[in-house]
Amino acid sequence: MTGHGAAPVRKPLLTPGVLLLLGLVALGMVFAWVRFASGLGAVTHLDDRFPWGIWIAIDVATGVALSAGGFTTAALVHIFHRRRYEALTRSALLTAVLGYTFVAFGIVMDLGRYYNIWHPALPSMWSGHSALFEVAMCVMAYLTVLYIELMPIVVERFAGRVRLPGPLGLLDGVVEGALRFFDRTLGRVMSVFIVLGVVLSTLHQSSLGTLMVLAPSKMNPLWWTPILPLLFLLSAIAVGFAMVVFESLIAARVFGRAPEMELLTPLSRVIPVLLFVYLAFKVGDVMIRGVVTRLGDGSAASLIFLLEIGLGVVIPLLMLLSERVRRRPGLLFAAAAMVVLGVAFNRINVFLTAFTPLYATRRYVPSVGEVAITVAFISGLLLLYRVLVSVLPVLPAEEQPQQQRTGSRHVHAAPPSSIGRWSA
Amino acid sequence: MELSRRDILASMAAAGATQVAARPSAASVAQRAADPFGVLVDLTACIGCRKCEWACNQVNHLPAVPVQAFEDASVFASLRRPDASHYTVVNRFPGAGEDDKPVFVKAQCMHCDDPACCSACIVSALEKQPDGAVTYTAWRCMGCRYCMVVCPFQVPAYEYFNATTPQVRKCTFCHERISQEGKLPACVEICPPQCLTFGRRSELLALAHRRIAGGSGRYTDHVYGESEVGGTSWLYLSGIEFSELGFPVLGDAAPPRLTESLQHGVFKDFIPPLALFGALTAIVRLFRPDGEKPPAGEGRQP
Ligand code: SF4
Ligand code: SF4
Repeated sequence: MTGHGAAPVRKPLLTPGVLLLLGLVALGMVFAWVRFASGLGAVTHLDDRFPWGIWIAIDVATGVALSAGGFTTAALVHIFHRRRYEALTRSALLTAVLGYTFVAFGIVMDLGRYYNIWHPALPSMWSGHSALFEVAMCVMAYLTVLYIELMPIVVERFAGRVRLPGPLGLLDGVVEGALRFFDRTLGRVMSVFIVLGVVLSTLHQSSLGTLMVLAPSKMNPLWWTPILPLLFLLSAIAVGFAMVVFESLIAARVFGRAPEMELLTPLSRVIPVLLFVYLAFKVGDVMIRGVVTRLGDGSAASLIFLLEIGLGVVIPLLMLLSERVRRRPGLLFAAAAMVVLGVAFNRINVFLTAFTPLYATRRYVPSVGEVAITVAFISGLLLLYRVLVSVLPVLPAEEQPQQQRTGSRHVHAAPPSSIGRWSA
Repeated sequence: MELSRRDILASMAAAGATQVAARPSAASVAQRAADPFGVLVDLTACIGCRKCEWACNQVNHLPAVPVQAFEDASVFASLRRPDASHYTVVNRFPGAGEDDKPVFVKAQCMHCDDPACCSACIVSALEKQPDGAVTYTAWRCMGCRYCMVVCPFQVPAYEYFNATTPQVRKCTFCHERISQEGKLPACVEICPPQCLTFGRRSELLALAHRRIAGGSGRYTDHVYGESEVGGTSWLYLSGIEFSELGFPVLGDAAPPRLTESLQHGVFKDFIPPLALFGALTAIVRLFRPDGEKPPAGEGRQP
């Protein structure tokens, strides 16, 4: 692995944490079985008034938002050439790949006719008037782009070392050839895919916000605004970097490594700027639409709105302005976690809290089965991440001497890896 | 059935000039698109017999319940809404007049002129037909239920306990009957006091305003559906405020106009996405650092 900044993690896989995640996945699969055998009604608390629950609000909407780290880091490193952050791109990419894969699983779980999920791809079905159609097309395309972006990491790990088990060994040469082919072609066209990924992300992150704009009379005016698509895009960009910091600090903790503060500290400088832009639009919006006065009415909705902005935006913004916070792993983690949870809270509020259908006789509260399946998806995502970082060179190699914070920041930037070659 | 239909048509004709075009004409599709069919519901005439519910169940093959069961007034105790096996339901509301006569309100899909459900649908399973009906094509549907999220009248219902082929269920406006078979919608055909009038939407509107202006003082000066969410094919006349009868208070703007203009703004001939693509590609090229050297701009970010 000489010359490469990343390496598979060498740590025992079967830890108690991993076993717990396996158990949660198994539990979710029991409920998933019931859902596919007996219908959505057998497992969920959805009804004609509340057709969307946490599978849409968390698994899909929040999942897409929190996977934004993939396109924001790709843009930072490969479009704006902040090469020193390259060491962070691989785990951000893997998170996005897994995040979007599980978004797709979540959609399959929620669709009544899941076997028709491919319908939007048929020209005879195209419905350009539908914001959901646009989201679906961009997510499908982006998922493909993400897997293409992941290929160089697979190539780096396996090219020249393909050893398929048993009789499959006969195919070694074929797979080897395919990997070499990918290596040669992808290196040349990867820049196109990276730019394409950023464009597709911009489009669907915002269109996801357009969805609820179509139900103005059923939405709490604190959250309903024609600029929801813009707010979704701005918050996705902000949470993208916060998510990279958040998961990088968790990975360091779980794998007993020193956190990469020499990268995370400077990277987190940009977060308050992005949060401020988001906050400015969010506050300006409630003021211009004249609903800001509602915030004083003491209703649960206005309290939730204030919590969302206060804990999810204002406090982490103020914290991250301080160099001291950005340098301390614990404080930095707290601030990043608040941004991540704040954006998740926002998506849940837009899709669930703000939704007030007519003739409702009860509020929607997720069922045990819905929660179990959502938890299983999150657990499955963490498990796959854990397995894949043990197989693929995603996280920075451990042999590499840890840099002191005072050390040169340039030295730590990952040497050109396969994915970096295209622009080197 | 044929006989009774003729009877009813005859009685409608006898009822005089207030009844409009009972039989669909062979107007061209373009003309029909311009002036779809509609139904005018006169709530002051409804007696709450629920025969429309029975007739609807018959033609749509909804659970067959004997007609006598619809005489049971106990269902009025709570507010009912259309669901997966009831495309239309009649509710009772306390009246406001001196006589305190209750008001019965039939609810079903309003067949909006610019329907949010159709704009929402990701695969065009829901479509506004030239005859005015908003129809559903099950085999196209993915079951995402976005249509249910956005309907301003809370109409589409879902078969949550069907594991394999669940459908979105709602009033069809008897699309086949009115556009191909030259019949009336089943509910209109059966309504004993003829409080439902089928016809061209423009003519129904004119009729509604004539009735309001008639000087009987029976009606509030509001044709519900004339302008709500951009207009609906089903129109209502009432003696008391609609907001007291379970009707949502809605603006005149059709919600799809806003979202579709947002969409088209972003997607106009694919120019904005392509422009973004071009701009980002230009940035990649213009700001590319030389060789292996750390980028020149590296020091800028503290
Ligand atoms: S009432 Fe609802 S379901 Fe019927 S056409 Fe209008 S939006 Fe669609
Ligand atoms: S549930 Fe079916 S009809 Fe409704 S929006 Fe989704 S695909 Fe269209």
